[in-house]
Amino acid sequence: MADGPERTGAPGTTSAPGPDVDLTRFDDGVGRDLVPVTRPVEPRARADVRRSDVDRWGRSENFRALTRRAFDPIYKHWFRVEWEGFEHVPATGGALLVANHAGAIPPDAPSIMHGIEKDLGRPVYGLAEHLFRSVPIAGTLWARTGGVTAHPDNAYRLLHDEQQIVLVFPEGTKGTGKLYGDRYRLRRFGRGGFVEIAMRAGVPVVPIAVMGAEESMPMLFKSTRLAKLLNIPYFPVTAQMLALGPVGVVAYLPAKFRIRVLPPVYFDVAPNQERYSRSRVMEESERIRRMVQDALYDMLRKRRSVWFG
Amino acid sequence: MRALVTGLSTYWGGRVAQALEQRSDVEVVVGDDTRDPRTPLERTEFVRTDSSHSILSRIVRATQVDTIVHTHLVVDSTRTTSRTLHEINVIGTMNLLAAAGEASSPVRKVVLKSSGLVYGATKADPYFFREDVHRTGPATTPVERSLLEVEAFLRDFADDNPHVDVSLLRFANVLGNDIDTPFSAALRRPVVPEILGFDPRLQFVHEDDVVDALMFAVDNEIPGVYNVGADGNLPWSEVCAIVGKRRVALPFFLTNLAVEPARLLRLWDLPPEAMALLRYGRTIDNRRFKQAGFRFGYTTATTVEAFAQALRLAGALGETSPTYRYEREVEDFFRHSPAVIRDPS
Repeated sequence: MADGPERTGAPGTTSAPGPDVDLTRFDDGVGRDLVPVTRPVEPRARADVRRSDVDRWGRSENFRALTRRAFDPIYKHWFRVEWEGFEHVPATGGALLVANHAGAIPPDAPSIMHGIEKDLGRPVYGLAEHLFRSVPIAGTLWARTGGVTAHPDNAYRLLHDEQQIVLVFPEGTKGTGKLYGDRYRLRRFGRGGFVEIAMRAGVPVVPIAVMGAEESMPMLFKSTRLAKLLNIPYFPVTAQMLALGPVGVVAYLPAKFRIRVLPPVYFDVAPNQERYSRSRVMEESERIRRMVQDALYDMLRKRRSVWFG
Repeated sequence: MRALVTGLSTYWGGRVAQALEQRSDVEVVVGDDTRDPRTPLERTEFVRTDSSHSILSRIVRATQVDTIVHTHLVVDSTRTTSRTLHEINVIGTMNLLAAAGEASSPVRKVVLKSSGLVYGATKADPYFFREDVHRTGPATTPVERSLLEVEAFLRDFADDNPHVDVSLLRFANVLGNDIDTPFSAALRRPVVPEILGFDPRLQFVHEDDVVDALMFAVDNEIPGVYNVGADGNLPWSEVCAIVGKRRVALPFFLTNLAVEPARLLRLWDLPPEAMALLRYGRTIDNRRFKQAGFRFGYTTATTVEAFAQALRLAGALGETSPTYRYEREVEDFFRHSPAVIRDPS
């Protein structure tokens, strides 16, 4: 059948490992070349149709590059992020990064995403609550920087169909919403949904322990009344907010960040199953939680100073 | 094949009837509607019915059609009141399926044109809806409710009539040279609305791909539900940029109230379900339909580009589209007069 040049979008012709944003090409997904076309199609696609580089998930590499440039000094000089075991982040294929979550307005997600994108050159999609999607402006910026709503279908499609790196914090707002006194004590890892998704997608889970985020924005109180009023999970009152007032909302303390990547966890199960044993999922989820918790204890044992590491 | 097209006077009914007429294996094309057809047709027989197709069982029995393409579903709620919408969508489909499901019914294939509206658009949605994913919240608008009811009828019908090949196609928002949708109408205006702080990813499908998809379902045995939306999606800001329109921001709260003056001034007539799309967007996963063998002529990006080109052409030429008027006597003459030689070969 007549095949326009833009139809031969076989993987490899685009070659670049980066995100595929030339949306004038047809998706080379399943079943494209099975049965005859209903009618011959003359080439209509033009490469210059696109006016931005926003991909199917709402992420823009140009915008990411911009935020990376803005965030780099903070990453380097304020938090002085240091990685251990960076080689455990896979250079190819899908992987689900699972980290502990802390800080009233958590700085761990941008730090992990920044480090991997800068040093590995792979995009990272960060799963978060759908609350973000409903916030004007911030929600759009969040999406442009690689934020994706934490929905099992989204995670599966990113991990399995697109073989991307996905970052998730299974503690969710329970992790960031804990008071300073509870620092580095991991909360429940949800219902183990992240394990099930990784099993279904056939990708490894890469546990990550982050030290420093807790002290960068220590939460002293939370106001349930204000949280209810604003319809947010918690309303933090941090040390900085007490000292600096509203400016304190964005002022992080210069705690030293250390990020330890643990060896990937592979599950010995067949992918794409309808469902997985609940007990197995919970067991693996708890095992990964324990790995991160133990790594944190180990890192805390070796830490001499909160500010200098 | 003997085919019945419901809603012959709608854009889709007319296009499908034209496509069916071209085919030599289609012996008879019958179309029904409340109004006169608005597309020139060669040999389609037009029957005037009421909006809920109540004489359909007589038509089916008399014409012995084996294929029904049900295009007469209102998915653009700006066109009618919600009462007529209910009448056309729910009652119409009910009567149609009752006619098709009679004991001695000759009907062996039903193709129904539904819409991605059945998935809704909320913040908790997956970014790509598969056919088996249920919408996140309950239906919020009359058109969504009616389409869900229609789909439920069709499911029951398919269960009760396993010998009938039932295909349900859900389409993304359509753009094209001729079709009028809330989005295409808004994009024809000098300024286009957006909701302040939101830039959702939207998916479109080209009008030619819609007709091809319906014909594909007529031609092939593909029972089941299929999403028909072009590959990929685009941020709304980029859609406006490609079409070359300036955006005007609406406040992100009380948005439906804020757009009301524009509705009254006939600037934009965006129904609530379109406003939800301007906030959260929606993309439907078309892979099942592609796996069934369909190939799209356009991606979302090239659909928008084709629409922009058509708009530029229309801008240069002015509104020159010829208007067609249906004259029953003339049409009857060409179809039934013994003087007309209908098969020159």
